[in-house]
Amino acid sequence: MRQEVVLAMLAKEPSHGYELRRRLRQALGPVGEGMNAGQVYVSLTRLEKADLVRSARSETPGDRPERKVYALTPGGQQRVTEWLTEVSWPKPDLAEFHLKLVAAAAAGLADPVTLVDMQRRELLRRLRDGQRAAMTEADGSDAALLLEGIVLRLQADIRWLESCEQSWTGRRSGS
Amino acid sequence: MTDTTDTSGPTDTAVLCARGVHKHYGTGAGLVRAVDGVDLDVRRGETVAVMGPSGCGKSTLLHLLGALDRPSRGEVWLAGRRIDALGETALAQLRRTDVGFVFQAFHLMEELTAVENVELPALLAGRSPRAARRRSEELLDQVGLADRGPFLPAALSGGQRQRVAVARALSNEPAVVLADEPTGNLDSAATVEVLRLFDDLHRAGQTLVVVTHDERIAATADRLISMRDGSFVDEIGLTGGTRRDLGALVGLEG
Repeated sequence: MRQEVVLAMLAKEPSHGYELRRRLRQALGPVGEGMNAGQVYVSLTRLEKADLVRSARSETPGDRPERKVYALTPGGQQRVTEWLTEVSWPKPDLAEFHLKLVAAAAAGLADPVTLVDMQRRELLRRLRDGQRAAMTEADGSDAALLLEGIVLRLQADIRWLESCEQSWTGRRSGS
Repeated sequence: MTDTTDTSGPTDTAVLCARGVHKHYGTGAGLVRAVDGVDLDVRRGETVAVMGPSGCGKSTLLHLLGALDRPSRGEVWLAGRRIDALGETALAQLRRTDVGFVFQAFHLMEELTAVENVELPALLAGRSPRAARRRSEELLDQVGLADRGPFLPAALSGGQRQRVAVARALSNEPAVVLADEPTGNLDSAATVEVLRLFDDLHRAGQTLVVVTHDERIAATADRLISMRDGSFVDEIGLTGGTRRDLGALVGLEG
């Protein structure tokens, strides 16, 4: 996860690390279950070194004195603004998989249809996990929206694999 | 289940079986092998999805399994009884009581309310109006539409209409529910409604066969069969397995 995510969560108000973590968990739902508990703190430490956040000891009565409250610096504020409008879209590496099939077929190393089939099974299992998680989320929750995205992307990838399978099956029988 | 000494017939646990099923149309150069030698055993309580491109024969197969059509060759067994050779009267009876159909376009009677649509199969099967109404209300409750009984289909969302259609399919406690592209006309949110309902049915032990283009339905089935040019070409078992880290699916590393 990019450090900018932690930075942007902090833009709402100065917060403790555990509060940031709680808000992340809420936005991610079951998708965030595997997140390392220390990741937010590692990010905060790095962001502080980069002068994008600064920390102060908690002044809230009842808080342990070693609890730190983090806030954005002006530089951090600017970085968040830039990051929000950056167009970055995660790309599954289709070219790598495609070239794997081309290379395997050219060298006669493996049957592309078998490789496609293995990949398709794996994606179907992931789709099942994602769909099952989506079905247990309340409609309209932040996590449900994220899971819908995961499911729709996997679906698109599986459709492409079906095209791959048809194409490579056709070439096999045509040769 | 009915005893059978025919070893090529259904196994004990299979509620629905196809043996060497073919469906051909036309003759000579115009011959179309819509279904071309399919063997299938669906176990009691199992959800099986059949996927394949348009024209691969999956809808035709579903019609053969549900006795909406007869195979050109081969056998179909439902609940221990061979059904492909039954007479028209017996078939009509069987379609009403042993099989529940769900279609892409819902096929609800537009001039009947939701509760009237759901009770129709029970009335046709000879239940008393009072028993049919009570059953219909229970089923609407089961699909989460207890308060929609008096509504006409036109007043319901797509997802709600399909849930009414599923309730109707369950009316006579069929041995198997057969669904043909049940989410084909639904948006993403309504698809989740139907998937949740199928999941509930699965937990309740209902046997379900779905033919679909929708990978989401296929991925939540126990077994996924791929069909091409009238034949089964691949089968994947999807039950059990691990619930892996969903974060890895979106690049959130642990």
